[in-house]
Amino acid sequence: MKDVVVVGAGPAGCSVANELAEKGYSVAVYEKRQEIGAPKRCGEGISSYAMDNLNLDVPDNCKMQPIDGALVFSPNGDGVTIDSGETVGWTLERKMFDKWMAERAAKAGAEIRAKAEVVDLLPENKGVVVDIEGERKEVESRMVVAAGGVESPIAKKAGVKKPSKLHIVDSGYQYEMVNLDLKDDRKLELYFGDEVAPRGYVWIFPKGESKANVGIGIAGDIDKTAKYYLDRFIENNGRFNKASITEVNSGMIPVGGLLDDMVADNFLAVGDAANQVNPIHGGGIREGIRGGIIASKVISMALDEEDTSHKNLQKYNQIWWEERGRSLRRVEKLREVLEDLDDGDLNYLAEKLKGEDLMDFSQGRNLSKLGKLLLKRPKMIKSARKLI
Amino acid sequence: MTWDIERRKCLRCGGCVGVCPVDALKLTENGVKIDEEKCINCGKCEKICPVGAITVGDKE
Repeated sequence: MKDVVVVGAGPAGCSVANELAEKGYSVAVYEKRQEIGAPKRCGEGISSYAMDNLNLDVPDNCKMQPIDGALVFSPNGDGVTIDSGETVGWTLERKMFDKWMAERAAKAGAEIRAKAEVVDLLPENKGVVVDIEGERKEVESRMVVAAGGVESPIAKKAGVKKPSKLHIVDSGYQYEMVNLDLKDDRKLELYFGDEVAPRGYVWIFPKGESKANVGIGIAGDIDKTAKYYLDRFIENNGRFNKASITEVNSGMIPVGGLLDDMVADNFLAVGDAANQVNPIHGGGIREGIRGGIIASKVISMALDEEDTSHKNLQKYNQIWWEERGRSLRRVEKLREVLEDLDDGDLNYLAEKLKGEDLMDFSQGRNLSKLGKLLLKRPKMIKSARKLI
Repeated sequence: MTWDIERRKCLRCGGCVGVCPVDALKLTENGVKIDEEKCINCGKCEKICPVGAITVGDKE
């Protein structure tokens, strides 16, 4: 009998496992894929603030490129430059980073197993049925944690997660490319506009030495595919003429649908499995790890009290909503407002806004400034009021 | 019904599995599998697929 079985060895699952193992609980983490961290479904960016805030001492071999800002392009090609003058983030190599997180949890005492697919829950969520390289076995546990990513069948089985609505997920597609002519290898490039990426953006995240993740997220209910838009962006841009594609990634990104209730009896969900993603930029590493840390505190308390009921685990909902959910909900509202903007509105905003404003907005701060600007656009008055 | 996937295009990202409202899709080692009994031909998997690997036809 384990104390906790974690389904999925991404950053969220490994963060839960690491925290609990460090406190002496017995934890097993099962990862469906044969290699932890690959294939990635991620642009691989993380802010220095997030790493400090999460107490993540990420080893150098996981960090590819220091980032000091971003070049944000509006539909007419004008840009807003965010230049912090110092390193404010990194692009990671998820293959290395995820494995480091898993190894850290293993060294703390968790049992990690790749190529181990959890296929079912035991009654009352008191354990799982896991298929390890073709051999099935039952593993009993006092609690199960779903950390199996955005489609998490186990979170659905437990009734915590419903199928995602098309409009509040992004369809994502990405190439890792080399021999790129980057504008500035220390800055992220972001491209907005209905023609470029409807209700989303194209990103170029430098990974050092002319390498970058070149990707796109578009609303899930758009007729044409994410690949169509990204390929068109690349074809129309001479900078890619000499570039080679070394990796192809795709995936779905939850950009809304934050869950009021992420728990069930003897069960909770973290990371993408609980839609813990920033709704404006789609980043999920930080939110997943933060969710994992909050979850581990509540799990440890519930195990000690010998009460892992739905009711007692509600504390996870409360703390998460207090610490993360409320600000992410504001960001979600911002995403809803931005959806109503046409290319003319975006061009207008690019003229009026500075880099620092965009940094604030992406964290749900100072949204009233955006609201006030939009009040000057007659057809945007209704949306603007949502932000003030 | 006709539900078809071009396996050479599929990147096994699981987006389709995540949006299926009736739990008809499953991600396996060999790509996405459909349970035709459950499928209601809603077309959501076709829309979310980032690479256009899925085609959903009309229910006969």
